[in-house]
This record gives sequence, structure tokens and C-alpha cells, in this order.
Amino acid sequence: MAASEPLVQGTGRDGAGFAGVTAGDGPGGVRPYVGRVERHPLQPPVPLVLDPDAVERRAPVFGAADVSPLDADLTLGHRGEPLGERITVGGRVLDGRGRPVRGQLVELWQANAAGRYVHRADRHAAPLDPNFTGAGRCLTDDDGRYRFTTIRPGAYPDVTHHNAWRPSHLHFSLFGTAFTQRLVTQMYFPGDPLLPHDSIWTSVRDASARRRLVAAYDPGLNEPERSLGYRWDIVLDGPDATWAEEGR
Amino acid sequence: MSLPATPSQTIGPFHGTALPFPGGGEAAPVGHPDTITVHGCLSDGDGAPVPEALLEFWQAAPDGSLVGAPGSLRRDGAAFTGFGRVVTRDDGRYTLRTLPPGGAPYLALCLLVPGLTRHLFTRVYLAFPEHDPLIEALPPARRATLLAAPEAGGHRTYRFDIRLRGGAETVFLAFPDRGGRPGPP
Repeated sequence: MAASEPLVQGTGRDGAGFAGVTAGDGPGGVRPYVGRVERHPLQPPVPLVLDPDAVERRAPVFGAADVSPLDADLTLGHRGEPLGERITVGGRVLDGRGRPVRGQLVELWQANAAGRYVHRADRHAAPLDPNFTGAGRCLTDDDGRYRFTTIRPGAYPDVTHHNAWRPSHLHFSLFGTAFTQRLVTQMYFPGDPLLPHDSIWTSVRDASARRRLVAAYDPGLNEPERSLGYRWDIVLDGPDATWAEEGR
Repeated sequence: MSLPATPSQTIGPFHGTALPFPGGGEAAPVGHPDTITVHGCLSDGDGAPVPEALLEFWQAAPDGSLVGAPGSLRRDGAAFTGFGRVVTRDDGRYTLRTLPPGGAPYLALCLLVPGLTRHLFTRVYLAFPEHDPLIEALPPARRATLLAAPEAGGHRTYRFDIRLRGGAETVFLAFPDRGGRPGPP
């Protein structure tokens, strides 16, 4: 790994930068990822009760000017078809009350089928695919639904841990109806044996919360004889969802 | 009905093909005479610059409205959308060109930093308003970290450095009903 930027962030210095505890839920006894300590604020965040006019209670808006329908198909835009298992990933974006988040931006990025990103810092010895970049966008519809066509990404080495591999995952970026609902996270695939060994997945300490990062195989999302379907619903928290629920 | 939120996961180092977009930091309409420049450096607890962090700015329009407008990702050079997104360069620096917000004189800022398990929120004040519950609640030394300093000799230029940790650590915000914490220390 000659890159100045590690493949997965962490100091990698003999455990420095990691919690130094085991998750207790994996045979690998992996240390949950905490990231780069030198970037973590020392002070607790200052609690701010937002007044109704606060900027953070509203969110940027996106529309047809921002996103083309073609942006949701990551297998397009190249000379040929990408290598790998074609998948369709879809679900709903909801707020904490179960209301759909409508017309909002969903962004997706991922490695190719061999586990390699199109990025100068990714030096994993796996091939780039000239027919795959691995970035997509879409807007949620009136029911809060999103849908992408892509390929299943490959696993790749987690260089911050000895002999560790990151499970297949998709990176997601989401906006809600309030700026406070901003979310960046990762989606995983059901039944992946790498999950309990993964420092990043296990960095979510609550087991039920971890499970919410794992999609479900959904034949209803298949395109017959073309792609395998995975369903993953996303819930954005924040004042807009919970404002009236004092004491929650 | 209350649904548990989807947890956050680190943005990681490889978002560069997906999230940055051309003109992300050019929020002001091209050639607008009121354009201001907000720039600075993102640094860590060792004082080292932090590259490839995503900074997202969201703000009111000059007339104080907060409805926003589509078109940030493919700017037409004319509309003001209220949203800007920039990536810190190898020296940790960023630059935003925008219009001054009407109403309360601050920009909301969300920082998505590789090496953190979740994003951070703060505010960039171009001036401190007479009454502001956040500013009033902070000790003076910490207040200063939220103020963008007008640069002498600059044309409508403000300097806003962000320190993630240590000495002059920037004030980061939590919204109590979200309980946003940056991650374990």
C-alpha cells in the first residue's frame, strides 16, 4: 500500500486510532472502527434547539436540472457492459414518523466487481473496469422511493487490520427535508460472511441498528433474466421527524 | 409511529467520483456584484491539513428566503440555489463564493470528513447578530471560532478556518432531538 491515503481510514499504527475493544459478536474479534482520532473533536457538540426559522430546519432542493434519469443506472455511460453481477437496488427514504421524503437527492458510490474504486488512492491490486465508474444519483419519487441499477461490488482488503476484508457494500448519501437529517452511510448484502469481521459494520454497536444496514433480497425488484433485486429502506432522523415528540 | 433511524457510516476516502461536482463552490450567480468569498483551511488536532473532506454549505437567499432552488449540481450561472459543496484540497484549503444571506447572517455547514464515523455540523457567521441563542450561550473564546473574519485588503473576502480538534477547536453542533455525536473519542 504505497498510497498516502489508506484504503480504509484509520491510523493502522498498532491499533492506535481504534477503540481497542472487541465487538463480541464476531469470531474475528474485530476492533470496531472509530476512524482517525486526530480528527475527532475533543469537546462535546453544543446542543442547539432550533427555532422555527433556523436555516438547518430546511434543506437544499434538487430537481430535473440536477439529475438525469440515466444517472440512476451505473451500468450505462461506457462503451460496453461492466463486469459483474447486475443488481437493482431500491427502497424508500422515510423520516422518523414513516413519512416519505419526496423529491430528494440520493447519491451512490461503490467499488467495481473486483473490489476496486476509480480513485487515485485506491492501490488494491485488482483490475479497473473500463466500463464502470461506480457513481450514481437519483431523486426520490412521491412515495419516497429510489432505485438504482448497478453491479454487485467486490470485497477488498481492509489494510488497517491484518488479514481483513471489507464486505461488499454501497456508499449512500442522503438529504432529508431538514439539513439536520443529512446522512452518509453504507449498505451491505444479506448473508455476507465478512460482515461480523468488518470493523466498519461492527462500529455500529447496537445489533438491531447494524441489521438496518443490510439489504434484503427482493425478487420483486428483479428485472427477470437481467438483474437481482435488493430492497433497502432508509430512515432519516432529525427535528423534522421528532420535533413534537418531547423527551424522546 | 416512530421508526429507528438508519445509522451513519464513515464517508471513506473514495467519494471523489460521486459527490463533488463542477462549480460546487460557485454558489453565487456568475459576475454578481454582491458575491462574497469564504475561504479557509480544515485542520486536525495535530495542525495537519485535512484533504478530501466534503464541506456542504446551506443558507438563506439574500432576501432571507429559505426555499432554495434546484440546479446546484448542474449550475446555470444565473440561479441562486442556496447550496454549495466543496472538497478540501491537498493543503486542506477550500473556497466558497456565494451571496450574503438575508435574515440571520450565517451559513449552515455540514462537514463530511474521512476518518469520522459521522458528519459534523457548525455555522459560519459573517457577523454576530444582536440576539442569537447559540452565540450568547458560548464563552467568548469559543464564540470566535464561528466568526468568519473579513480580510483586510480583500474584496468582500472572509477567512473561516475549521479546527477539528484541540486548542481553538471549532464549535460543532448537536440538535437535541437528533442527538448527533461525532463518534467515540
